[in-house]
Amino acid sequence: MDYDVIIIGAGMSGLAAGIRLAYFGQRVCILEKHYAFGGLNSYYRLDGRDYDVGLHAVTNFVGPGVRDTPLPKLLRQLRLSRDDFDLQPQRYSEIRFPGVSLRFTNDLNDLIADVAEKFPGEADHFRRLCTFIRDYDDTVLLPPYRSTRETLKGFLHEPMLVEMLLCPIMYYGSAEEHDMDLLQFVIIFKSLFCEGFARPRDGVRKIIKALVRKYRSCGGELRMQSSVARLDVADDRVKSVIIDGGESLIASTVLSSAGYVETMRFCADAPPIPTQDVGRVSFVETIAVLDALPQRLGHEAAIVFFNDSETFTYAMPECPVDMRSGVVCCPSNYEGHDDMPEGFLRMTWLANSDAWMEADEGTYRQYKDDYLTAFKAQARRYVPTIDDHFITSDMFTPRTIHRYTSRINGAVYGSPRKRRDGRTHLKNLFLCGTDQGYLGIIGALLSGITIANMHVLAEE
Amino acid sequence: MGDQRIKDIILDIIAVVAPDAEVSNVKSDVRLRDQLDLDSMDFLDIVMELRKRYKIEIPKEEYPELATLDSCAAYLGPKLAAVTAA
Ligand SMILES: Cc1cc2nc3c(=O)[nH]c(=O)nc-3n(C[C@H](O)[C@H](O)[C@H](O)COP(=O)(O)OP(=O)(O)OC[C@H]3O[C@@H](n4cnc5c(N)ncnc54)[C@H](O)[C@@H]3O)c2cc1C
Repeated sequence: MDYDVIIIGAGMSGLAAGIRLAYFGQRVCILEKHYAFGGLNSYYRLDGRDYDVGLHAVTNFVGPGVRDTPLPKLLRQLRLSRDDFDLQPQRYSEIRFPGVSLRFTNDLNDLIADVAEKFPGEADHFRRLCTFIRDYDDTVLLPPYRSTRETLKGFLHEPMLVEMLLCPIMYYGSAEEHDMDLLQFVIIFKSLFCEGFARPRDGVRKIIKALVRKYRSCGGELRMQSSVARLDVADDRVKSVIIDGGESLIASTVLSSAGYVETMRFCADAPPIPTQDVGRVSFVETIAVLDALPQRLGHEAAIVFFNDSETFTYAMPECPVDMRSGVVCCPSNYEGHDDMPEGFLRMTWLANSDAWMEADEGTYRQYKDDYLTAFKAQARRYVPTIDDHFITSDMFTPRTIHRYTSRINGAVYGSPRKRRDGRTHLKNLFLCGTDQGYLGIIGALLSGITIANMHVLAEE
Repeated sequence: MGDQRIKDIILDIIAVVAPDAEVSNVKSDVRLRDQLDLDSMDFLDIVMELRKRYKIEIPKEEYPELATLDSCAAYLGPKLAAVTAA
Protein backbone atom coordinates (compact mmCIF):
# COMPACT_ATOMS: atom_id res chain seq x y z
CA MET A 1 0.00 0.00 0.00
CA ASP A 2 1.52 3.35 -1.04
CA TYR A 3 -1.01 5.57 0.75
CA ASP A 4 -4.05 5.41 2.99
CA VAL A 5 -5.80 7.97 0.81
CA ILE A 6 -5.21 9.39 -2.65
CA ILE A 7 -7.05 12.60 -3.48
CA ILE A 8 -7.58 13.62 -7.08
CA GLY A 9 -7.29 17.41 -7.44
CA ALA A 10 -5.66 20.20 -5.43
CA GLY A 11 -8.62 22.58 -5.56
CA MET A 12 -10.41 23.82 -2.46
CA SER A 13 -12.13 20.52 -1.67
CA GLY A 14 -9.09 18.32 -2.27
CA LEU A 15 -6.85 20.52 -0.11
CA ALA A 16 -9.40 20.64 2.72
CA ALA A 17 -9.87 16.87 2.68
CA GLY A 18 -6.10 16.47 2.56
CA ILE A 19 -5.56 18.65 5.63
CA ARG A 20 -8.12 16.73 7.68
CA LEU A 21 -6.65 13.37 6.76
CA ALA A 22 -2.97 14.28 7.05
CA TYR A 23 -3.56 16.04 10.36
CA PHE A 24 -4.96 12.83 11.79
CA GLY A 25 -2.01 10.79 10.66
CA GLN A 26 -3.27 9.29 7.42
CA ARG A 27 -0.71 8.86 4.67
CA VAL A 28 -2.19 11.13 2.02
CA CYS A 29 -1.18 12.08 -1.48
CA ILE A 30 -2.94 14.73 -3.56
CA LEU A 31 -2.51 14.31 -7.31
CA GLU A 32 -2.99 17.50 -9.30
CA LYS A 33 -2.96 17.61 -13.08
CA HIS A 34 -2.04 21.27 -13.34
CA TYR A 35 1.15 23.00 -12.20
CA ALA A 36 -0.84 25.34 -9.90
CA PHE A 37 -3.16 24.65 -6.97
CA GLY A 38 -6.61 26.06 -6.50
CA GLY A 39 -8.51 24.51 -9.42
CA LEU A 40 -11.52 26.64 -10.32
CA ASN A 41 -10.43 29.31 -7.91
CA SER A 42 -6.75 29.73 -8.59
CA TYR A 43 -4.55 32.73 -9.29
CA TYR A 44 -1.90 33.73 -11.79
CA ARG A 45 0.52 36.44 -12.77
CA LEU A 46 0.43 38.14 -16.15
CA ASP A 47 2.60 41.06 -17.29
CA GLY A 48 3.71 41.72 -13.74
CA ARG A 49 0.20 41.83 -12.32
CA ASP A 50 -1.57 39.47 -9.92
CA TYR A 51 -4.93 38.12 -11.02
CA ASP A 52 -7.48 35.87 -9.38
CA VAL A 53 -9.06 33.34 -11.70
CA GLY A 54 -12.50 33.61 -10.29
CA LEU A 55 -12.72 35.28 -6.93
CA HIS A 56 -15.62 37.68 -6.59
CA ALA A 57 -16.55 37.06 -3.01
CA VAL A 58 -15.85 34.63 -0.26
CA THR A 59 -19.41 33.84 0.82
CA ASN A 60 -20.65 32.82 4.27
CA PHE A 61 -18.79 35.66 5.99
CA VAL A 62 -19.73 36.15 9.64
CA GLY A 63 -18.17 38.23 12.41
CA PRO A 64 -15.81 36.85 15.07
CA GLY A 65 -18.55 36.06 17.62
CA VAL A 66 -20.46 33.56 15.47
CA ARG A 67 -19.56 29.89 15.83
CA ASP A 68 -22.18 27.68 14.25
CA THR A 69 -22.13 28.63 10.56
CA PRO A 70 -19.98 27.10 7.79
CA LEU A 71 -17.04 29.55 7.89
CA PRO A 72 -16.14 29.27 11.60
CA LYS A 73 -16.86 25.54 11.50
CA LEU A 74 -14.46 24.91 8.69
CA LEU A 75 -11.75 27.09 10.20
CA ARG A 76 -11.99 24.99 13.37
CA GLN A 77 -11.92 21.76 11.43
CA LEU A 78 -8.83 22.85 9.49
CA ARG A 79 -7.12 24.24 12.61
CA LEU A 80 -6.84 27.61 10.92
CA SER A 81 -7.58 31.01 12.39
CA ARG A 82 -9.61 33.87 10.95
CA ASP A 83 -6.36 35.72 10.32
CA ASP A 84 -5.19 32.99 7.98
CA PHE A 85 -7.85 34.06 5.45
CA ASP A 86 -7.68 37.83 6.17
CA LEU A 87 -11.33 38.31 5.21
CA GLN A 88 -12.49 41.91 4.77
CA PRO A 89 -16.26 42.41 4.64
CA GLN A 90 -18.10 44.05 1.74
CA ARG A 91 -19.81 47.40 2.11
CA TYR A 92 -22.85 46.49 0.02
CA SER A 93 -23.97 44.73 -3.14
CA GLU A 94 -26.96 45.14 -5.44
CA ILE A 95 -29.45 43.26 -7.57
CA ARG A 96 -30.44 45.53 -10.48
CA PHE A 97 -33.52 44.84 -12.59
CA PRO A 98 -35.33 47.30 -14.88
CA GLY A 99 -36.58 50.14 -12.72
CA VAL A 100 -35.79 48.49 -9.38
CA SER A 101 -32.68 47.63 -7.50
CA LEU A 102 -32.28 45.88 -4.18
CA ARG A 103 -29.33 46.53 -1.95
CA PHE A 104 -27.95 43.99 0.50
CA THR A 105 -25.14 43.91 3.02
CA ASN A 106 -23.82 41.33 5.45
CA ASP A 107 -26.86 42.07 7.63
CA LEU A 108 -30.05 40.41 6.36
CA ASN A 109 -32.12 43.20 7.94
CA ASP A 110 -30.87 45.63 5.30
CA LEU A 111 -32.26 43.44 2.53
CA ILE A 112 -35.52 42.94 4.42
CA ALA A 113 -35.87 46.71 4.77
CA ASP A 114 -35.09 47.34 1.11
CA VAL A 115 -37.62 44.72 -0.04
CA ALA A 116 -40.21 46.41 2.21
CA GLU A 117 -39.45 49.76 0.60
CA LYS A 118 -39.37 48.62 -3.04
CA PHE A 119 -42.13 45.99 -2.80
CA PRO A 120 -44.32 47.18 0.12
CA GLY A 121 -46.94 44.48 -0.51
CA GLU A 122 -44.27 41.80 -0.15
CA ALA A 123 -42.69 42.93 3.13
CA ASP A 124 -44.45 40.33 5.29
CA HIS A 125 -44.19 37.62 2.67
CA PHE A 126 -40.47 38.12 2.35
CA ARG A 127 -40.04 38.08 6.11
CA ARG A 128 -41.96 34.81 6.23
CA LEU A 129 -39.72 33.41 3.49
CA CYS A 130 -36.62 34.39 5.50
CA THR A 131 -37.98 32.59 8.56
CA PHE A 132 -38.78 29.52 6.45
CA ILE A 133 -35.21 29.52 5.13
CA ARG A 134 -33.69 30.06 8.55
CA ASP A 135 -35.60 27.06 9.91
CA TYR A 136 -35.05 24.83 6.88
CA ASP A 137 -32.89 21.85 7.79
CA ASP A 138 -30.09 21.95 5.26
CA THR A 139 -28.12 19.17 6.91
CA VAL A 140 -30.34 16.40 5.54
CA LEU A 141 -28.12 14.53 3.12
CA LEU A 142 -30.59 13.18 0.60
CA PRO A 143 -33.91 15.06 0.64
CA PRO A 144 -36.28 14.66 -2.36
CA TYR A 145 -36.03 17.30 -5.11
CA ARG A 146 -38.20 20.39 -4.59
CA SER A 147 -38.58 23.17 -7.14
CA THR A 148 -37.36 26.53 -5.88
CA ARG A 149 -39.58 28.47 -8.31
CA GLU A 150 -42.70 26.70 -7.09
CA THR A 151 -41.72 27.22 -3.47
CA LEU A 152 -41.01 30.93 -3.95
CA LYS A 153 -44.35 31.40 -5.71
CA GLY A 154 -45.99 30.05 -2.57
CA PHE A 155 -44.48 32.92 -0.56
CA LEU A 156 -44.22 35.87 -2.96
CA HIS A 157 -46.80 37.45 -5.27
CA GLU A 158 -44.58 39.82 -7.28
CA PRO A 159 -43.05 37.72 -10.07
CA MET A 160 -40.14 40.13 -10.45
CA LEU A 161 -39.12 39.72 -6.81
CA VAL A 162 -38.88 35.98 -7.37
CA GLU A 163 -36.61 36.61 -10.36
CA MET A 164 -34.52 39.12 -8.41
CA LEU A 165 -33.82 36.54 -5.70
CA LEU A 166 -33.07 33.78 -8.20
CA CYS A 167 -30.58 35.87 -10.16
CA PRO A 168 -27.73 36.11 -7.62
CA ILE A 169 -28.41 32.69 -6.16
CA MET A 170 -28.36 30.87 -9.47
CA TYR A 171 -25.26 32.76 -10.61
CA TYR A 172 -23.44 31.76 -7.44
CA GLY A 173 -24.21 28.10 -7.49
CA SER A 174 -26.76 26.50 -9.75
CA ALA A 175 -25.59 23.67 -11.96
CA GLU A 176 -29.19 23.33 -13.06
CA GLU A 177 -30.72 25.57 -15.73
CA HIS A 178 -34.04 27.45 -15.33
CA ASP A 179 -34.84 26.26 -11.81
CA MET A 180 -32.95 24.76 -8.89
CA ASP A 181 -33.32 22.33 -6.03
CA LEU A 182 -34.73 24.05 -2.96
CA LEU A 183 -32.01 22.65 -0.70
CA GLN A 184 -29.33 24.22 -2.88
CA PHE A 185 -31.27 27.50 -2.95
CA VAL A 186 -31.52 27.56 0.85
CA ILE A 187 -27.82 26.86 1.29
CA ILE A 188 -26.85 29.66 -1.10
CA PHE A 189 -29.48 32.10 0.21
CA LYS A 190 -27.93 31.73 3.66
CA SER A 191 -24.40 32.04 2.34
CA LEU A 192 -25.20 35.29 0.47
CA PHE A 193 -27.90 37.06 2.44
CA CYS A 194 -27.96 35.67 5.99
CA GLU A 195 -24.16 35.53 6.18
CA GLY A 196 -22.40 37.61 3.54
CA PHE A 197 -19.46 38.57 1.34
CA ALA A 198 -15.83 39.20 2.16
CA ARG A 199 -12.48 39.15 0.44
CA PRO A 200 -8.86 38.65 1.48
CA ARG A 201 -6.80 41.72 0.62
CA ASP A 202 -4.35 39.62 -1.39
CA GLY A 203 -7.11 37.74 -3.15
CA VAL A 204 -7.56 34.01 -3.26
CA ARG A 205 -3.84 33.29 -3.05
CA LYS A 206 -4.06 34.15 0.65
CA ILE A 207 -6.48 31.27 1.18
CA ILE A 208 -4.76 28.78 -1.07
CA LYS A 209 -1.34 29.43 0.40
CA ALA A 210 -2.74 28.97 3.92
CA LEU A 211 -4.26 25.64 2.88
CA VAL A 212 -1.15 24.34 1.14
CA ARG A 213 1.07 25.38 4.04
CA LYS A 214 -1.21 23.64 6.51
CA TYR A 215 -1.43 20.51 4.39
CA ARG A 216 2.35 20.26 4.05
CA SER A 217 2.93 20.95 7.74
CA CYS A 218 0.67 18.00 8.56
CA GLY A 219 2.88 15.79 6.42
CA GLY A 220 0.67 15.57 3.35
CA GLU A 221 2.26 14.89 -0.02
CA LEU A 222 1.37 16.96 -3.07
CA ARG A 223 2.26 15.84 -6.57
CA MET A 224 1.76 18.49 -9.22
CA GLN A 225 1.50 17.84 -12.95
CA SER A 226 0.35 14.35 -12.12
CA SER A 227 -2.78 13.70 -14.10
CA VAL A 228 -4.90 10.70 -13.24
CA ALA A 229 -5.48 8.72 -16.44
CA ARG A 230 -7.33 5.68 -15.16
CA LEU A 231 -8.57 3.85 -12.11
CA ASP A 232 -8.03 0.09 -12.20
CA VAL A 233 -10.97 -1.68 -10.66
CA ALA A 234 -11.57 -5.15 -9.25
CA ASP A 235 -14.22 -6.49 -6.83
CA ASP A 236 -16.08 -3.16 -6.75
CA ARG A 237 -13.00 -1.37 -5.50
CA VAL A 238 -10.32 0.88 -6.92
CA LYS A 239 -7.22 -1.29 -6.96
CA SER A 240 -4.80 1.28 -8.29
CA VAL A 241 -4.62 4.81 -9.57
CA ILE A 242 -2.74 5.15 -12.84
CA ILE A 243 -1.24 8.50 -13.69
CA ASP A 244 -0.19 9.80 -17.09
CA GLY A 245 3.11 8.19 -17.92
CA GLY A 246 1.90 4.89 -16.51
CA GLU A 247 2.93 5.05 -12.87
CA SER A 248 0.58 3.06 -10.66
CA LEU A 249 -0.24 4.06 -7.08
CA ILE A 250 -2.16 2.07 -4.49
CA ALA A 251 -4.34 3.45 -1.70
CA SER A 252 -7.12 2.10 0.53
CA THR A 253 -9.43 5.01 -0.33
CA VAL A 254 -9.65 7.41 -3.25
CA LEU A 255 -11.40 10.78 -3.07
CA SER A 256 -12.00 12.58 -6.34
CA SER A 257 -12.72 16.28 -6.76
CA ALA A 258 -12.52 16.07 -10.56
CA GLY A 259 -16.32 15.85 -10.96
CA TYR A 260 -18.70 12.89 -11.15
CA VAL A 261 -18.80 12.40 -14.90
CA GLU A 262 -15.10 13.18 -15.19
CA THR A 263 -14.30 10.60 -12.50
CA MET A 264 -16.51 7.96 -14.10
CA ARG A 265 -14.48 8.38 -17.26
CA PHE A 266 -11.43 7.12 -15.32
CA CYS A 267 -13.21 3.79 -14.69
CA ALA A 268 -13.67 1.16 -17.35
CA ASP A 269 -16.76 -0.29 -15.62
CA ALA A 270 -18.60 3.01 -14.98
CA PRO A 271 -22.39 2.98 -15.09
CA PRO A 272 -23.95 4.75 -18.12
CA ILE A 273 -24.36 8.49 -17.61
CA PRO A 274 -27.63 10.14 -18.70
CA THR A 275 -26.96 13.25 -20.82
CA GLN A 276 -28.92 15.44 -18.41
CA ASP A 277 -26.35 14.60 -15.72
CA VAL A 278 -23.59 16.29 -17.72
CA GLY A 279 -23.22 19.91 -16.62
CA ARG A 280 -23.27 22.69 -19.20
CA VAL A 281 -23.58 25.94 -17.29
CA SER A 282 -20.47 27.95 -18.00
CA PHE A 283 -19.36 31.53 -18.03
CA VAL A 284 -17.20 34.08 -19.76
CA GLU A 285 -15.53 36.56 -17.50
CA THR A 286 -13.77 39.75 -18.53
CA ILE A 287 -11.33 41.37 -16.12
CA ALA A 288 -10.46 45.00 -16.81
CA VAL A 289 -7.54 46.70 -15.11
CA LEU A 290 -8.08 50.41 -14.47
CA ASP A 291 -5.69 53.17 -13.43
CA ALA A 292 -8.17 54.27 -10.73
CA LEU A 293 -10.32 52.46 -8.21
CA PRO A 294 -13.97 52.13 -9.32
CA GLN A 295 -15.16 53.66 -6.02
CA ARG A 296 -13.29 56.86 -6.94
CA LEU A 297 -15.09 56.80 -10.30
CA GLY A 298 -18.50 56.61 -8.68
CA HIS A 299 -19.12 52.87 -8.44
CA GLU A 300 -19.15 51.61 -4.85
CA ALA A 301 -20.94 48.25 -4.88
CA ALA A 302 -18.78 45.18 -4.30
CA ILE A 303 -21.01 43.02 -6.53
CA VAL A 304 -23.88 43.90 -8.85
CA PHE A 305 -26.13 41.17 -10.23
CA PHE A 306 -27.98 42.67 -13.20
CA ASN A 307 -30.74 41.53 -15.47
CA ASP A 308 -32.11 43.65 -18.31
CA SER A 309 -35.70 42.42 -18.33
CA GLU A 310 -38.33 41.47 -15.78
CA THR A 311 -37.73 37.76 -16.22
CA PHE A 312 -34.38 36.15 -15.63
CA THR A 313 -33.14 33.35 -17.87
CA TYR A 314 -30.46 31.14 -16.41
CA ALA A 315 -29.53 28.69 -19.15
CA MET A 316 -26.89 27.97 -21.70
CA PRO A 317 -27.53 30.62 -24.39
CA GLU A 318 -27.78 30.01 -28.15
CA CYS A 319 -25.13 32.63 -28.88
CA PRO A 320 -21.59 32.57 -27.43
CA VAL A 321 -22.56 34.89 -24.58
CA ASP A 322 -25.87 36.01 -23.06
CA MET A 323 -25.35 39.65 -22.21
CA ARG A 324 -28.85 40.20 -20.88
CA SER A 325 -27.72 39.38 -17.37
CA GLY A 326 -24.46 39.14 -15.51
CA VAL A 327 -22.38 39.86 -12.46
CA VAL A 328 -20.12 42.89 -11.99
CA CYS A 329 -17.48 42.67 -9.30
CA CYS A 330 -15.09 45.35 -8.03
CA PRO A 331 -12.58 43.80 -5.63
CA SER A 332 -11.54 47.16 -4.22
CA ASN A 333 -15.06 47.76 -2.90
CA TYR A 334 -14.41 45.71 0.19
CA GLU A 335 -13.33 47.26 3.46
CA GLY A 336 -9.59 47.70 3.81
CA HIS A 337 -9.06 47.63 0.05
CA ASP A 338 -8.77 51.38 -0.55
CA ASP A 339 -5.04 51.24 -1.09
CA MET A 340 -5.10 48.76 -3.96
CA PRO A 341 -2.60 50.11 -6.51
CA GLU A 342 -4.94 49.56 -9.46
CA GLY A 343 -8.65 49.13 -9.96
CA PHE A 344 -10.31 46.03 -11.31
CA LEU A 345 -13.74 45.58 -12.78
CA ARG A 346 -14.81 42.02 -13.54
CA MET A 347 -17.92 41.05 -15.45
CA THR A 348 -19.35 37.56 -15.79
CA TRP A 349 -21.91 36.40 -18.36
CA LEU A 350 -23.53 33.05 -19.08
CA ALA A 351 -21.82 31.40 -22.03
CA ASN A 352 -22.44 28.74 -24.61
CA SER A 353 -19.65 26.29 -23.95
CA ASP A 354 -19.92 24.54 -27.35
CA ALA A 355 -19.40 27.82 -29.17
CA TRP A 356 -16.20 28.55 -27.27
CA MET A 357 -14.92 24.97 -27.11
CA GLU A 358 -15.37 24.30 -30.81
CA ALA A 359 -14.27 27.66 -32.26
CA ASP A 360 -11.09 27.56 -34.34
CA GLU A 361 -8.23 29.82 -33.23
CA GLY A 362 -9.27 32.74 -35.47
CA THR A 363 -12.92 32.64 -34.42
CA TYR A 364 -11.96 32.27 -30.77
CA ARG A 365 -9.83 35.39 -30.94
CA GLN A 366 -12.55 37.23 -32.85
CA TYR A 367 -15.11 36.35 -30.16
CA LYS A 368 -12.76 37.65 -27.50
CA ASP A 369 -12.30 40.96 -29.35
CA ASP A 370 -16.02 41.35 -29.96
CA TYR A 371 -16.94 40.66 -26.37
CA LEU A 372 -14.29 43.00 -25.04
CA THR A 373 -15.98 45.79 -27.00
CA ALA A 374 -19.35 44.65 -25.68
CA PHE A 375 -17.93 44.52 -22.18
CA LYS A 376 -16.77 48.14 -22.33
CA ALA A 377 -20.19 49.26 -23.51
CA GLN A 378 -21.88 47.49 -20.62
CA ALA A 379 -19.28 48.54 -18.07
CA ARG A 380 -19.99 52.22 -18.86
CA ARG A 381 -23.29 51.82 -17.02
CA TYR A 382 -21.29 51.34 -13.82
CA VAL A 383 -18.17 53.35 -14.53
CA PRO A 384 -19.09 55.87 -17.24
CA THR A 385 -15.48 56.96 -17.74
CA ILE A 386 -14.06 53.45 -17.97
CA ASP A 387 -12.49 54.09 -21.40
CA ASP A 388 -10.33 56.90 -19.96
CA HIS A 389 -9.01 54.63 -17.22
CA PHE A 390 -8.70 51.33 -19.05
CA ILE A 391 -5.17 49.83 -18.94
CA THR A 392 -5.58 46.24 -20.05
CA SER A 393 -7.85 43.25 -19.78
CA ASP A 394 -7.93 39.49 -19.64
CA MET A 395 -10.80 37.19 -20.45
CA PHE A 396 -11.53 33.63 -19.58
CA THR A 397 -14.00 31.42 -21.33
CA PRO A 398 -15.41 27.90 -21.02
CA ARG A 399 -12.35 26.76 -22.95
CA THR A 400 -10.02 28.30 -20.36
CA ILE A 401 -11.94 26.67 -17.52
CA HIS A 402 -11.79 23.33 -19.28
CA ARG A 403 -8.08 23.67 -19.95
CA TYR A 404 -7.23 24.40 -16.32
CA THR A 405 -9.69 22.17 -14.48
CA SER A 406 -10.65 19.49 -17.05
CA ARG A 407 -14.33 20.09 -16.28
CA ILE A 408 -16.45 18.84 -19.19
CA ASN A 409 -17.97 21.82 -21.06
CA GLY A 410 -16.08 24.11 -18.67
CA ALA A 411 -19.13 23.61 -16.45
CA VAL A 412 -18.21 25.59 -13.36
CA TYR A 413 -20.88 24.07 -11.12
CA GLY A 414 -20.47 20.56 -12.48
CA SER A 415 -23.24 18.03 -12.86
CA PRO A 416 -26.85 19.13 -12.18
CA ARG A 417 -27.28 15.88 -10.29
CA LYS A 418 -25.42 16.11 -6.98
CA ARG A 419 -24.34 13.10 -4.97
CA ARG A 420 -24.48 14.39 -1.45
CA ASP A 421 -23.25 11.30 0.33
CA GLY A 422 -20.24 11.27 -1.99
CA ARG A 423 -20.74 7.61 -2.85
CA THR A 424 -20.02 6.07 -6.23
CA HIS A 425 -20.46 2.57 -7.67
CA LEU A 426 -17.11 1.63 -6.10
CA LYS A 427 -16.82 0.96 -2.38
CA ASN A 428 -13.61 2.92 -1.80
CA LEU A 429 -14.12 5.77 -4.27
CA PHE A 430 -15.88 8.93 -3.07
CA LEU A 431 -16.60 12.32 -4.59
CA CYS A 432 -15.75 15.57 -2.90
CA GLY A 433 -16.26 19.17 -4.00
CA THR A 434 -18.49 20.47 -6.75
CA ASP A 435 -20.32 17.27 -7.65
CA GLN A 436 -20.85 16.24 -4.06
CA GLY A 437 -22.98 19.35 -3.97
CA TYR A 438 -21.43 22.02 -1.77
CA LEU A 439 -20.39 24.81 -4.10
CA GLY A 440 -18.23 27.88 -4.05
CA ILE A 441 -15.03 28.33 -2.08
CA ILE A 442 -16.55 27.80 1.33
CA GLY A 443 -18.83 25.05 0.05
CA ALA A 444 -15.98 23.14 -1.57
CA LEU A 445 -13.85 23.41 1.58
CA LEU A 446 -16.73 22.11 3.67
CA SER A 447 -17.33 19.33 1.19
CA GLY A 448 -13.74 18.09 1.46
CA ILE A 449 -13.98 18.14 5.24
CA THR A 450 -17.34 16.38 5.33
CA ILE A 451 -16.34 13.61 2.96
CA ALA A 452 -13.00 13.02 4.73
CA ASN A 453 -14.82 12.83 8.08
CA MET A 454 -17.68 10.68 6.91
CA HIS A 455 -15.89 8.14 4.75
CA VAL A 456 -12.40 7.96 6.21
CA LEU A 457 -12.01 9.34 9.74
CA ALA A 458 -15.32 8.19 11.24
CA GLU A 459 -14.93 4.79 9.62
CA GLU A 460 -11.70 3.83 11.30
CA MET B 1 -2.88 9.60 35.87
CA GLY B 2 -4.87 11.86 38.22
CA ASP B 3 -8.37 13.08 37.44
CA GLN B 4 -7.25 16.69 37.29
CA ARG B 5 -4.54 15.84 34.77
CA ILE B 6 -7.09 14.09 32.55
CA LYS B 7 -9.46 17.06 32.76
CA ASP B 8 -6.60 19.34 31.75
CA ILE B 9 -5.85 17.12 28.77
CA ILE B 10 -9.47 17.38 27.65
CA LEU B 11 -9.51 21.16 28.10
CA ASP B 12 -6.25 21.39 26.15
CA ILE B 13 -7.83 19.44 23.34
CA ILE B 14 -10.94 21.60 23.37
CA ALA B 15 -8.75 24.68 23.11
CA VAL B 16 -7.34 23.26 19.86
CA VAL B 17 -10.59 21.87 18.48
CA ALA B 18 -12.63 24.97 19.31
CA PRO B 19 -10.21 27.85 19.97
CA ASP B 20 -13.10 30.28 20.27
CA ALA B 21 -14.72 28.33 23.11
CA GLU B 22 -14.46 29.80 26.62
CA VAL B 23 -12.70 27.03 28.58
CA SER B 24 -11.69 28.85 31.75
CA ASN B 25 -14.91 28.22 33.72
CA VAL B 26 -15.94 24.76 32.64
CA LYS B 27 -17.91 22.88 35.29
CA SER B 28 -16.87 19.26 35.80
CA ASP B 29 -20.33 17.82 36.22
CA VAL B 30 -22.19 19.61 33.41
CA ARG B 31 -22.32 18.29 29.85
CA LEU B 32 -19.51 19.84 27.80
CA ARG B 33 -21.82 20.30 24.82
CA ASP B 34 -24.23 22.35 26.92
CA GLN B 35 -21.56 24.64 28.33
CA LEU B 36 -19.36 25.10 25.31
CA ASP B 37 -21.67 24.95 22.33
CA LEU B 38 -19.69 22.17 20.68
CA ASP B 39 -21.28 20.66 17.58
CA SER B 40 -21.02 17.07 16.40
CA MET B 41 -18.00 17.91 14.22
CA ASP B 42 -16.17 19.37 17.23
CA PHE B 43 -17.08 16.35 19.26
CA LEU B 44 -15.73 13.92 16.68
CA ASP B 45 -12.54 15.99 16.78
CA ILE B 46 -12.09 15.51 20.53
CA VAL B 47 -12.18 11.77 19.95
CA MET B 48 -9.79 12.10 17.01
CA GLU B 49 -7.34 14.22 18.99
CA LEU B 50 -7.31 11.64 21.78
CA ARG B 51 -6.43 9.01 19.24
CA LYS B 52 -3.79 11.19 17.60
CA ARG B 53 -2.12 12.17 20.85
CA TYR B 54 -2.52 9.11 23.06
CA LYS B 55 -3.41 6.33 20.61
CA ILE B 56 -6.66 5.75 22.48
CA GLU B 57 -9.45 4.15 20.46
CA ILE B 58 -12.96 5.10 21.49
CA PRO B 59 -15.76 3.11 19.85
CA LYS B 60 -18.78 5.15 18.68
CA GLU B 61 -21.13 3.58 21.22
CA GLU B 62 -18.89 4.84 24.02
CA TYR B 63 -18.89 8.51 22.96
CA PRO B 64 -21.52 9.31 25.64
CA GLU B 65 -18.83 8.48 28.23
CA LEU B 66 -17.17 11.77 27.24
CA ALA B 67 -20.19 13.89 28.12
CA THR B 68 -18.73 15.75 31.13
CA LEU B 69 -15.21 16.35 32.44
CA ASP B 70 -15.98 14.02 35.37
CA SER B 71 -17.14 11.23 33.11
CA CYS B 72 -14.10 11.77 30.85
CA ALA B 73 -11.79 11.34 33.84
CA ALA B 74 -13.57 8.15 34.95
CA TYR B 75 -13.71 6.66 31.47
CA LEU B 76 -10.28 7.70 30.19
CA GLY B 77 -8.34 7.01 33.40
CA PRO B 78 -7.81 3.28 32.80
CA LYS B 79 -7.28 3.75 29.06
CA LEU B 80 -4.59 6.40 29.57
CA ALA B 81 -2.96 4.28 32.28
CA ALA B 82 -2.79 1.38 29.82
CA VAL B 83 -1.10 3.42 27.09
CA THR B 84 1.31 5.23 29.38
CA ALA B 85 2.31 1.93 30.98
CA ALA B 86 2.80 0.24 27.59
C1 LIG C 1 -14.90 32.21 -12.85
C2 LIG C 1 -15.27 31.66 -11.53
C3 LIG C 1 -15.59 32.51 -10.51
C4 LIG C 1 -15.92 32.01 -9.26
N1 LIG C 1 -16.14 32.89 -8.26
C5 LIG C 1 -16.38 32.42 -7.03
C6 LIG C 1 -16.52 33.33 -5.95
O1 LIG C 1 -16.41 34.53 -6.09
N2 LIG C 1 -16.80 32.84 -4.73
C7 LIG C 1 -16.92 31.49 -4.52
O2 LIG C 1 -17.16 31.10 -3.38
N3 LIG C 1 -16.79 30.61 -5.53
C8 LIG C 1 -16.52 31.05 -6.77
N4 LIG C 1 -16.38 30.15 -7.80
C9 LIG C 1 -16.67 28.72 -7.55
C10 LIG C 1 -15.54 28.03 -6.83
O3 LIG C 1 -14.32 28.43 -7.40
C11 LIG C 1 -15.70 26.51 -6.97
O4 LIG C 1 -16.99 26.14 -6.58
C12 LIG C 1 -14.69 25.75 -6.13
O5 LIG C 1 -13.40 26.29 -6.28
C13 LIG C 1 -14.72 24.29 -6.54
O6 LIG C 1 -13.71 23.56 -5.90
P1 LIG C 1 -13.57 22.01 -6.14
O7 LIG C 1 -12.53 21.55 -5.21
O8 LIG C 1 -14.88 21.36 -6.09
O9 LIG C 1 -13.14 21.79 -7.66
P2 LIG C 1 -11.90 22.28 -8.52
O10 LIG C 1 -11.42 23.59 -8.08
O11 LIG C 1 -12.28 22.14 -9.94
O12 LIG C 1 -10.76 21.23 -8.20
C14 LIG C 1 -10.59 20.07 -8.96
C15 LIG C 1 -9.12 19.88 -9.24
O13 LIG C 1 -8.94 18.59 -9.81
C16 LIG C 1 -7.94 18.68 -10.78
N5 LIG C 1 -8.10 17.57 -11.71
C17 LIG C 1 -9.09 17.37 -12.61
N6 LIG C 1 -8.86 16.24 -13.31
C18 LIG C 1 -7.72 15.70 -12.82
C19 LIG C 1 -6.98 14.53 -13.13
N7 LIG C 1 -7.35 13.69 -14.11
N8 LIG C 1 -5.85 14.28 -12.43
C20 LIG C 1 -5.44 15.13 -11.44
N9 LIG C 1 -6.11 16.25 -11.11
C21 LIG C 1 -7.23 16.53 -11.80
C22 LIG C 1 -8.19 20.02 -11.43
O14 LIG C 1 -7.04 20.47 -12.11
C23 LIG C 1 -8.55 20.89 -10.22
O15 LIG C 1 -7.42 21.49 -9.65
C24 LIG C 1 -15.99 30.62 -9.06
C25 LIG C 1 -15.65 29.76 -10.09
C26 LIG C 1 -15.28 30.27 -11.32
C27 LIG C 1 -14.85 29.33 -12.41
